[in-house]
Amino acid sequence: MSDLKRTPLYDLHVALGGKMVPFAGWEMPVQYPMGVMGEHLHTRAKAGLFDVSHMGQVLLRAPSGLGADAAVALETLVPANIVGLPEMRQRYGLFTAPNGGVLDDLMIANRGDHLFLVVNAACAEQDIAHLQTLDGVQVEPVTDRALLALQGPAAQDALSRILPDAAAMKFMDVAILPWDGAELWVSRSGYTGEDGYEISVPAARAREFAELLLADEAVAPIGLGARDSLRLEAGMPLYGHDMSVDVTPAEAALGWSIPKLRRAEGERAGGFPGADAILPELAAGAARVRVGLRPEGRAPIREGVAIWDAESDGARIGQVCSGGFGPSVGAPVAMAILPAGLAAGDTVWAELRGKRIPVTVADMPFIKPDYKR
Amino acid sequence: MLKYTEDHEWLQQDGDEIVVGITAHASEQLGDVVFVELPEIGREVAKGEEIVVIESVKAASDIVAPIAGVITAVNEALPDSPGMVNDDAMSAWFFRIKPAAGENIDGFMDEAAYNALIG
Repeated sequence: MSDLKRTPLYDLHVALGGKMVPFAGWEMPVQYPMGVMGEHLHTRAKAGLFDVSHMGQVLLRAPSGLGADAAVALETLVPANIVGLPEMRQRYGLFTAPNGGVLDDLMIANRGDHLFLVVNAACAEQDIAHLQTLDGVQVEPVTDRALLALQGPAAQDALSRILPDAAAMKFMDVAILPWDGAELWVSRSGYTGEDGYEISVPAARAREFAELLLADEAVAPIGLGARDSLRLEAGMPLYGHDMSVDVTPAEAALGWSIPKLRRAEGERAGGFPGADAILPELAAGAARVRVGLRPEGRAPIREGVAIWDAESDGARIGQVCSGGFGPSVGAPVAMAILPAGLAAGDTVWAELRGKRIPVTVADMPFIKPDYKR
Repeated sequence: MLKYTEDHEWLQQDGDEIVVGITAHASEQLGDVVFVELPEIGREVAKGEEIVVIESVKAASDIVAPIAGVITAVNEALPDSPGMVNDDAMSAWFFRIKPAAGENIDGFMDEAAYNALIG
């Protein structure tokens, strides 16, 4: 695995018994001795610590020194309200493609005189090149910082013991907090459906900071396996699976991230790649859309499983884009992009090992999120 | 005496039947088991035939018939409590098989050989 990159926490993962696997060009822990199920349930009951240092951290600055100018530039690539994002607040957005598909999803934080972005590991290189096409902004990839996520009902207690100011933060708040001579970039956000934080730490101090959090008996290290089952239960899409350049924002059920003022007739309508395809589709409704699925019985339906509109014969109407067992739900859960018009409670069929099993269309998230709004 | 297959099954002779489960090593590799589908009692199976579906939080896999024979019993508790496989793999049996004429488990690995295989 010599071509794989290692995060600043690699040695800690190995010391904690993490099972290391290749992921998006990085060597990452898929699980620890607790196991995927135990780690998942621990995160929902107490708090889980995730290494997400493989994700791309990027600073975007305008030569004017005004974050607002960087926001104007970024709005030409991302159909979100970035200009109106208040200082020290964060927002979700999409990089769209000229065909109307999605290039990546990202988090955007307004830090006053610049923007701070977090993008997917597998897309980071492409996203940075994409950002560099913008006139009049400086793109600074952050390569000397780790990124940790602390998620779960005990996250606030655990983090505020080290950073007291973290307690007062609300969902999607952003703060730059001093810690023992280092600067931590904290946001109250995550990818699990739980309350929690994401914390950017100088690489040289990352292990020390992680071990300080892990010293709290409520905090356990959590691998990528549980990160996936947690986000699946929370109904959160994963780039490359539930959305891609072949899936539009409306199809991915991410139209909510495109506010009225970027839509047709809006104050800053359009002006981003694929607007000609994306905006009419948002107005008219997509022909297919990502929905939640609950299969009958205990057999998981995983990515690629075909979905049919009848128990026998009928038509193949789509396939599972993410699916597995939901430990907190206690049953399998999945997502698929299916013809519009299906409503929660409708039945479709999944083809599993040559048999079709009934699957109920379900509202997402599959669990009740617990954000501190 | 227990015997072991290269597919990480344990085999125990009990009268003229063989009890079949998966090893602790296999259950650790699979991770938390969340679904088990067992064969029908009375089914005639060929050696190597995939007769059990086992799904963990990570992936789906199969258990194959170690020998040709007839399924005489299945562990009815497993589909409702698949976690038994992780709790104690050696007691969480999957099925009993009556060997076809001329079939036996004498040629499979003993514990020492299996331990050497999984290193």
